[in-house]
Amino acid sequence: MNAEIPTMIGKRLILSVITLLIVSFAVFFATNMLPGDTAAILLGQAATPEAVEGLRHAMHLDEPAVLRFLRWLGGVFTGDLGTSYANNMSIATLIGSRFVNTMELAGITTLVAVPLALTLGITAAVMRGSVYDRIVTVLTIGVISVPEFVVASTAVLIFAVYLKWLPAISFVNEVHSLSDLLRMYAMPVVTLTFVVSAQIIRMTRAAVIETLSTPYVEMALLKGASRSRIVLRHALPNSLGPIVNALALSLSYLIGGVIIIETIFNYPGIAKLMVDAVATRDLPLIQTCALIFCLGYLILITIADIIAILSNPRLR
Amino acid sequence: MSKIVEIRNLRVEATTDSGRRIEIIKGIDIEIAKGEIVALIGESGSGKTTIALTLMGHTRPGCRISDGSILVDGKDMAKLSERERSAVRGTEVAYVPQSAAAAFNPSQTIMDQVIEVTRIHGLMTPEKARERAVELFRALSLPSPETIGTRYPHQVSGGQLQRLAAAMALIGDPKLVIFDEPTTALDVTTQIDVLRAFKSVMKAGGISGVYVSHDLAVVAQIADRIVVLKGGEVQEKGTTDAILSAPKHAYTRELLAAFEPKETQFAEQPIEKPRPLLEIENVIGGYGPIQPNGLPFIQAVRSVSLSVQKGRNLGIIGESGCGKSTLARCIAGILPANAGNIVFDGKELDHAARRRTRDQLREMQIVFQYADTALNPAKPIDDILGRPLSFYHGLSGKARSARVEELLDMVQLPKSLRYRHPSELSGGQKQRINFARALAANPKLIICDEITSALDTVVAAAIIELLKELQRELDLSYIFISHDLSVVEAICDEIVVMYRGEKVEHLTREDVKAPTHPYSKLLFSSVPKLDPTWLDNLVLEPELVRQYGGA
Amino acid sequence: MTQSALSPSRTTSLTGMFGYTFSPVGMIALVVILFWAVVAIFGPQLAPYPVGKIVDMDYFGPISSKLWLGSDYLGRDMFSRIIFGARYTLGIALAGVLIASTSGVILGMAAAVIGGWFDTVLSRFMDAMISIPSKLFGLVVVAAVGSSLPALIMTLAVIYIPGSYRFARALAVNVNTMDFITVARIRGENTFYLAVSEILPNIIRPVLADFGLRFVFIVLLLSGLSFLGLGVQPPLADWGALVHENIQGLSFGSAAVIAPSIAIASLTISVNLLIDNLPRKIRDRSA
Repeated sequence: MNAEIPTMIGKRLILSVITLLIVSFAVFFATNMLPGDTAAILLGQAATPEAVEGLRHAMHLDEPAVLRFLRWLGGVFTGDLGTSYANNMSIATLIGSRFVNTMELAGITTLVAVPLALTLGITAAVMRGSVYDRIVTVLTIGVISVPEFVVASTAVLIFAVYLKWLPAISFVNEVHSLSDLLRMYAMPVVTLTFVVSAQIIRMTRAAVIETLSTPYVEMALLKGASRSRIVLRHALPNSLGPIVNALALSLSYLIGGVIIIETIFNYPGIAKLMVDAVATRDLPLIQTCALIFCLGYLILITIADIIAILSNPRLR
Repeated sequence: MSKIVEIRNLRVEATTDSGRRIEIIKGIDIEIAKGEIVALIGESGSGKTTIALTLMGHTRPGCRISDGSILVDGKDMAKLSERERSAVRGTEVAYVPQSAAAAFNPSQTIMDQVIEVTRIHGLMTPEKARERAVELFRALSLPSPETIGTRYPHQVSGGQLQRLAAAMALIGDPKLVIFDEPTTALDVTTQIDVLRAFKSVMKAGGISGVYVSHDLAVVAQIADRIVVLKGGEVQEKGTTDAILSAPKHAYTRELLAAFEPKETQFAEQPIEKPRPLLEIENVIGGYGPIQPNGLPFIQAVRSVSLSVQKGRNLGIIGESGCGKSTLARCIAGILPANAGNIVFDGKELDHAARRRTRDQLREMQIVFQYADTALNPAKPIDDILGRPLSFYHGLSGKARSARVEELLDMVQLPKSLRYRHPSELSGGQKQRINFARALAANPKLIICDEITSALDTVVAAAIIELLKELQRELDLSYIFISHDLSVVEAICDEIVVMYRGEKVEHLTREDVKAPTHPYSKLLFSSVPKLDPTWLDNLVLEPELVRQYGGA
Repeated sequence: MTQSALSPSRTTSLTGMFGYTFSPVGMIALVVILFWAVVAIFGPQLAPYPVGKIVDMDYFGPISSKLWLGSDYLGRDMFSRIIFGARYTLGIALAGVLIASTSGVILGMAAAVIGGWFDTVLSRFMDAMISIPSKLFGLVVVAAVGSSLPALIMTLAVIYIPGSYRFARALAVNVNTMDFITVARIRGENTFYLAVSEILPNIIRPVLADFGLRFVFIVLLLSGLSFLGLGVQPPLADWGALVHENIQGLSFGSAAVIAPSIAIASLTISVNLLIDNLPRKIRDRSA
């Protein structure tokens, strides 16, 4: 173990924290650029100026933005996420169970998509130029090029409308059996898997192809090594860093995908909650949801970078 | 004598960007007897590596063997299946790559990679293989042979890696070893050790070899026979002695001529006392954060003083990392010196180029090693040469284009080249344009930083001739930086030897044959000579090698 | 080792005009893109019916000789609505990508040439912005500034500036280390000349390819936002909004959902394919 490694990881962690601060700052300011007065909007047309003033004060809207940002940030750290403008419920309560739902959706998708996509991406790279590689590449470009909702509607058309295997738009609320459970998750997971896998396949394929063109891979070939040995012993260990990075980057499409998929399938997760909050301009709720997503994504990226640092043989 | 290799009418095709197929090897025949080392020699693009790789049944992506047979120990490598080829690779034919640093997998220990061949082909137990590897390390005179295998590739030096690559090739007891420019990337003092190690191991085992190189002098030391290649065709083949002493083909003569240091008449010693054009005193330069004493963390140039007389040339010589290029950058102001004085044409220059006057910048030009990166690939030659003309001399329109043609003429290039882009020119043409751009400024001093190192020998020799000619016509002075003693000797009146950032010796033409500093002695005696007995007769003081030798 | 300029043994039929090759796939993609461009420009002249007019008594009417793509959830002509939708999808995305790429390239080149603190601070900030997933960013900004057309264009542009910046900066930094930049610097050239005359011509091709890719990203994000009902607002409708309006038709496979989806896919896939199959200069000599 090299002495540089802890320093590098430490630097990376500090960078993540700084990024998180900038991001939460950006999110806070974006949502506070609202034209018009939130208090007035909330109270509606009939409100008296005094009532509006009172509400402004109660909501700290009359304080400078930096102070409000710090107040909000302080709240987040102590677990006080504030209250929703729309229905006056505590945000923690609103998010609670929906957070679990979204994590389930994301988790199941990751479990399906990552092994599938890695296999496809690596095999396509190894068989570069073959018919198999071309089919994988064309399908990947196809899925990457279209919006998630087109992938979702295509899946609905195929599996629900024509094949009638799965329920279409409606979300099953009561789960009675294993088959209900499968049916409940099947469509969202299938669609999301398509979206995320395409990204992972594309990036993994590129990373492996790059290692396969290095002189040490040619050297292994000239030692008489078999194809599987070249890939498993020489190419893959050295493309671990790039692959992990590709994985983390692709998982950001998981977040984008989740937003669309939860909406189209009426799935009760935080992404759907956030979309509804945007429609009603429920700022505290939007802020919190956005922060949760950014935090999740930053954690993934940071883990990927740390793995990349650890897998760099030059630091051993 | 029985043959180990018989190549008959070999043809290799390459597919270009546009899908066109062109023949890069055009029907060659080569034979190698058992125990013999044959050199394939030629410039870049001559097809020497391509031929060597076909001996393992391998072609680089985009190429394929289109015709002919390659019999290695009776098996036709062109006709074997991929599985049969794999069985031969590493056991019967082995490969030593040009850049061992790139050919070692960075994530495995050296030992694992050296004995991988025995694992793949099931030749011996891992314990036995490790013992054998250590024996080879010892035979190749690697330091600490018992433990060097436990390291990772990035933890050992380039010269050692090259020898480790040879161990990797030899562990499967091959009948034929292919060396692909194995010493080209090394410094001369390191090259000696590596060449010696290769030679003794090959002779001891009676192994046949193919030695690919562009350097006749290196090849003369190790090869029994030489095959001269150009443009995918054999120009001449013969024993090493025959090729060196009685070359028949014109191209071979050209190669040899380029190698011979040409005696040129240097300017007479000036009658009046020479006026210094450039004088630098105690210049210190380097990289990294500035320390409290105002000097950089890494000092690449440590207090160097030298002077260049008007109309005369100064050579700076040393191995990679000695600080010679950094010194050039300090003088030109690209990397502002941290201490010292630079006096040019009687005036003190600011350390940083951006605070020098336009005329000061104009009068001192620098030409870089790689014309590929020194010429803007997005611009036609006309713009590249025209910009300094309008920038320094305010030329435009007809006057400017007349001057561009004049400059092309001066570097002996056709006028029609002015509308081409750099990518459409050959390496030698690009370097001439690179030089013409410096001339466009009407400078007094041109700093040439390894300008011939990336060129083939014949092309490089022509450039040197051109430089001498222009100097006579234009009253120029050069600072000529190189790692290659023969190039510097060919053009310079005085030579400075640098080692680890310091100037260790200053020689004039008269005493260049007899350097006094021990490092200069080692450096000068390490330059290979065309004489095939040179390596065997060379005696280096072990003390010197230990102190200054590579790695 | 493959360098050679030797006897050509065979010339393929596709080596085309002016020393460039252009693959058939690229040509088809270009035709599709030009088709949509023409539709977007001449939309009002091409549409058989006014965009808001209810022409069918039935909603989600089938494809017929009168209504080439059937009718939507109100009985309006889908064919006309897609023609008008092209204006919004292409127009907004083009405006967005122009702003995003121009700002990104200018800032990226400036950062590379100037370097130092300017570069460090700007790059750190852009890196942080990139770490916000684009769709999420879109939602937050739309919540803040609303969905008017100028607001949408600015939102889309701001979201994709960091990516464009990072791409252009990386290219410019690479070029900036080249010796010809050093030569120009010690000739005494100023920063503006270095950026515009020495660096820009060397990065323009990849920058244009990135422009195309970013156009696709923006089309995708715009469609996504519209699909969520947060992009282009009624009575206007881009293709994403058309899918949003007619999503009920999905369960019986109505053309009103499928047609706008196909329109989006045809545009974005074509741009991607065109970028991958741009005309290439024949370079046998340096191959």
